[in-house]
Parts: sequence; structure tokens; C-alpha cells
Amino acid sequence: MVAFGQFMEVLIGGLLAGVLYSLVALGFVLIFKASGVFNFAQGAMVLLAGLALVRALDFLVSHAMPMWSAVTLGLLFAAAVMAITAWLIERFALGPLVNQDALTLFMATIGVTFVLEGASQMLFGSDVYPLRLYPTDAWFLFEGTFPGGILVNQLDVLGGLIAGVLVAGLAAFFQWTKTGRALRAVADDHAAAQSVGIPIAWIWFVVWLVAGLVALVAATVWGTKLGVQFSITFLALKALPVLIIGGFTSVPGAIIGGLLIGAGEKLAEAYLGPYIGGGIEYWFAYVLALVVLLGRPQGLFGERIIERI
Amino acid sequence: MLYREAGQFKASYSADMAIFPIRQDRMALYGLLAFAFVGVPLLATLHVWPFDDDYLLRAILIPFLILALGAIGLNVLVGYCGQISLGAGAFMAIGAYGAYKFATGVHIPIPWPIPWPIRWPIRWRLDGPLGGPLDWLDVAITLPPLPVLSSILLGGLAAALVGVLFGIPSLRIKGLYLAVATLAAQFFFDWVFIRVKWFTNYTPSGSVAAPELNFFGLVVNSSVERYLLCLTFVMVFAFMVKNLVRGNIGRQWMAIRDMDIAAELMGIRPLYAKLTAFAVSSFVVGVAGALWAFVYLGAWEPLAFNIDRSFQLLFMVIIGGLGSILGSFLGAAFILILPILLDQVPYALGLPLSVETVSLTVYIVTGALICCLLIVEPRGFARLWSTAKEKLRLWPFPY
Repeated sequence: MVAFGQFMEVLIGGLLAGVLYSLVALGFVLIFKASGVFNFAQGAMVLLAGLALVRALDFLVSHAMPMWSAVTLGLLFAAAVMAITAWLIERFALGPLVNQDALTLFMATIGVTFVLEGASQMLFGSDVYPLRLYPTDAWFLFEGTFPGGILVNQLDVLGGLIAGVLVAGLAAFFQWTKTGRALRAVADDHAAAQSVGIPIAWIWFVVWLVAGLVALVAATVWGTKLGVQFSITFLALKALPVLIIGGFTSVPGAIIGGLLIGAGEKLAEAYLGPYIGGGIEYWFAYVLALVVLLGRPQGLFGERIIERI
Repeated sequence: MLYREAGQFKASYSADMAIFPIRQDRMALYGLLAFAFVGVPLLATLHVWPFDDDYLLRAILIPFLILALGAIGLNVLVGYCGQISLGAGAFMAIGAYGAYKFATGVHIPIPWPIPWPIRWPIRWRLDGPLGGPLDWLDVAITLPPLPVLSSILLGGLAAALVGVLFGIPSLRIKGLYLAVATLAAQFFFDWVFIRVKWFTNYTPSGSVAAPELNFFGLVVNSSVERYLLCLTFVMVFAFMVKNLVRGNIGRQWMAIRDMDIAAELMGIRPLYAKLTAFAVSSFVVGVAGALWAFVYLGAWEPLAFNIDRSFQLLFMVIIGGLGSILGSFLGAAFILILPILLDQVPYALGLPLSVETVSLTVYIVTGALICCLLIVEPRGFARLWSTAKEKLRLWPFPY
């Protein structure tokens, strides 16, 4: 029973951690769905959003503003920063690259990553800033069933709920609104979308704005977990295997992929790690993703890749 | 003498198919090679500016040459065969550690159980190390320490083998999915070289030092010698790769890159074409890694080949120009030298900026320049170069 309790604890912890990865992966999916751009800058956007939020909060609280209004204003400020960033990226980096091939666009987003990482730290400082928005205590569940109960992090549960709401909202947005439909058209073919009168500049701005807001949400959760600091950009690398397991184009896929990766990673670390040396979390997700891709080259939920000559 | 090919008649097919069919190009190349092989060492030994101290050779030219070699290798895969790889750093690491193991001697113990029917009748003759009967035969694969040159090449060969292994998924996975999948190689080998102590000969710190660079009795020590060594390697490999991509196999790679299904229908085997591209690319990248470790770093840790190195190489390839050997050199020069130059600007202007501000500014400017370059010329420096040459052919006339 102890072993099973331990297993459940590792599994649940892994699943919840996976949901947090999918929060970051969602930003990737959004931009890929709507512009065909593989956005490497998502990690840097999380950093920027987090830094803007935490610095605004510190400033407002130190000027004796009550907590709830400080949080509201801070979130608004960070959202405004993300909106400006979205506009700048669209206007100066990706707008001029309409109709280029995917690899060029990918490299351009790496360039954007450098600029965002440098600029965000220059504007808002480069220390570790603690962020306390959510409770970080732990719950002990099923104390009657298992000795010691199962330790579950409240923050992780909250993050899971937030991710769920976000996915539902985004799915609705893509499926039922006019803008959402325009987004999907743009992703299919830039030139064709332009020719039927879809304003591509506006659409891309919307996409990058939404990705920025998703980054802000991810930043509130991850910032509370790790503190807002430079290493938060490495989340992008954690989110990539999640992304390819789920498929680049699927919002629910990002969540399922996150769950698989999170659970697999933690279980492997706990049960396989002792035999082959610890730290396999570092690559396990990627190898898992590789195996999944061998079976399904477009990921579990990605759109089928149709090739024509 | 104007830059014209008028009047240069080709009398044979081989003259027509030369790498540099235009005489002026050839002469410029010979001039450049002569300067690189003779002029630079001469200036360096005479301590003429800008070679009056080691800095230019040691910190700029040697890493430039090695990274250019790496970029050439990656260009085979990404530029010629169209398979995006983010794992170049891992293959550099395999080359480096492979060469290190071969240069210091390989010893792989394989405990071999002695089967019972053999063990039982002679059991009183078997003496184990602990006094009891011996059940295991200590068989080991042992190689003596090999000379440096063969170690470097064998390191490249090890990288090529692993490259083929990680190239197998490319038969099913394409495009950006493949790019992310190659990250698996990167992260896996980062971990392997940190955790598996066998590769670092059980040094407690995990950092290893290169053996003496002894090439057939010639010990390479000073910066000038190291520079010449790298230059020789780069020239030989650039020449080899250039000829590969001009030949049968290179055309197969390019057909796969342009449209793999169509290439398959025309009778090109994707398995063969893709895996040879992975093998050749990993071999060259592996040799570059071995040189980076042995010649440039001297002593290194796994961190020297992390994911940043992979991105650096990919940047060189894309900024320089996909599918161009010249582009690999130009890209390597740009990506390597830009941060060094930008670092110097504030000091040269006498601006009182903190080190952190400078490094962040370098980040921002590098990123912005990369974006600018992609917007101005998505096909990289090599394309700019060929446009310039087209213009030069007509100059001073408009057409």
C-alpha cells in the first residue's frame, strides 16, 4: 500500500507538472495554428510578462497601494507590455517576412528571442524576483487510505484549473468567432487568406497578443513556483516535446501531451532513475516524443500531413 | 583587369566543370589561400600589426576556422539535404569525446561468464581474484592510445555512426517536427557526457584535457601552428564536401531537399540519400568538435557543447546561406565576430557602461541584426555575394 501511495503521489505530481508545461506549450500552438510560425520566443515572452508583472507589483505595493488593486493594475500593465511587444514583433520582425518558408520564420523568432531576453532584463532588471499570487501550500489527500497521504501542491492544482479554462476559452475562440476562423485561414495559406480580404497584419497582431496573454498566465503560475528569473526561458525547451507529442496544431493535444510528458518524466525519474543515474528528466521527454513521432509523425492530435507533388 | 569571363574558352569538359570556372575567381582564391597559409604565419612570426599579439589568432581566427568547419558539416544536412537539425552540438561533443577516448586508450571490460560444462571439469585449476573458483573471464576490448590524427578522424567516425542512428527517424518525421526530434540527441548526449564517467576517464571534476597534439612527430603548440593545423583541416574538408555536393550523392541530397516524394518517384532512395547526408554531416561536425576541444579549448567540460552551440551553428548556416560552402565561412565569421566587435564598441567610444548592460545590448543588437538580415536577404550572405558578383560582371555598364 505504501508503494502504491508513493506511485500515486509521483503520478499526480507528474500530471500536474505536465499541465504547467502545457501552459507554455499552448502559446506555441496558438501561434503555429494561426500563422504557421514556430515561435521559439514563447519562453522569452513568459520571462518578459513575468518581469513586467512582478516589477509593477513591487512598485505599486511599495507605494502603499492595496493588494487587490495593485494586482489588477500590475496585470493590466503586463498585458499592455505584451500588447506593445506583439505589435512590435508583427510590425518589424514577422510582418516583412510574410510568405517566407517555415525555417526562415523560425530563425526570425530566435532573433526575436534574443531581443526580448536582452530588452526585458535591461528594462526590468535581471535578478530573481519572488512572486506571490497564489497559495503555495501542499494538501495531503487520502490520509485515511495511504499512510502519510498523497502530497499535492495547491499551486499545481490551480495551474491545472487555469489551463483548463484557458483551453476551453481558446477552443471556443478558434471555433466560433469570426477572428478565430480568419486565424485558421491565415495558417493554411498566407497569400490565399490575403486575397479573400483577411487583414493579415491585424490577424497576426491578435495572434501574438493572445500568445502574449497566455505567456502572462503561464508567468503568474511559473513565477510563483520558481520566482521570476532568467531560467524561466528554458521552459520553452521543456514545452517543445509536449508540443510535438500533442501535435503542433492541436490545443487539446498540448494538454494531453503535457499530461503524458509530466507523468512519464516523473515516473521515469522515480523508478528508472536510480538504475541508470539520476537526472534523466533532462532528456526523457525528448526521447518519449521521438518514440511517439515514430508512430505518428504528426503527433497524437496534429492535422494529418498531406503531401502533394 | 575587369571581372569578365569573356575570352576564356574551355577546351575540355573538366575545365568546364571546374569549381571556379572563371579565371579571376581562381586567382582571387589562390591569392587568399597564399595569404592564409603563408602571409598570416609570416606576419604573426614577425609580429606585424594586427598580429602583434596572439589575440587575433587565438581568439578569433582559430575558433572561426573550426566553427566554419562545423557549419560546413551542418550545411550538408540542413542546406543540401533539407533536414533541419538542432543537434549539431551533440555531434560536436561525440567527436570531441570520441577523439579523447581514442587518444587516451579505450578499455571496455566485458565480464564473460564461463559456461558450466567448461568450468566444472577444470574447477580446481581456476583461481579467482578472491581465492574462490573463477566464474567470470575478464575479457576486455582494449585499444592502445592512438595518434592524434587518427583519434580525431575516429572521433568523427563515431559521430557519423551516431548521426546515422539519429537520422533514422528522419525517414518518417519531416520539417520542424524533425528539428525538435533532433533536440533529443542534444539533450541525451549532454546528459551522457556528464553522467557516464567512462567517457571522461573517471576524472573527478568531469573536465578533461586534450593530449599532446603530435602529428607524425610534429608537435603543434603555438597559436600559429594551431592556426595552420585548423586551416589545413578546413581546406581539406571544404574541398571534399564541395566535391561531394557537386557529384551524384550531392544531387540526390538536393533532390530530396527540393521535394522528397518527387525524388523518390524518380528513383532516388530516400533511405540511402538521407542517411548518407546524416553520416557525412555528422562526420564533419564531429571532426570540428574534436578540433574545438583539442586545438581551441585544450581542456573542456560537457557544457562546451550544449544547445547554445547547436543554435550557433544553425545560425551560421542560415545567415551564411543554405546550401553554400562559401556561406558557411561568411556565416561563421558574422556570428562569431559580431558579438566580439559589439563588445568592443562601448570601450572604443569611452562610454561608461556596466558589463551587464553591454552584454544585454549585445544580445539585443545581435537578435535585431539577425532579424534584419533575414528580412533583407532570407537566403543569407552567400546570395548577397552572388548578387554582388553579378553586378560586378556588368560594371561599369548598366546591362
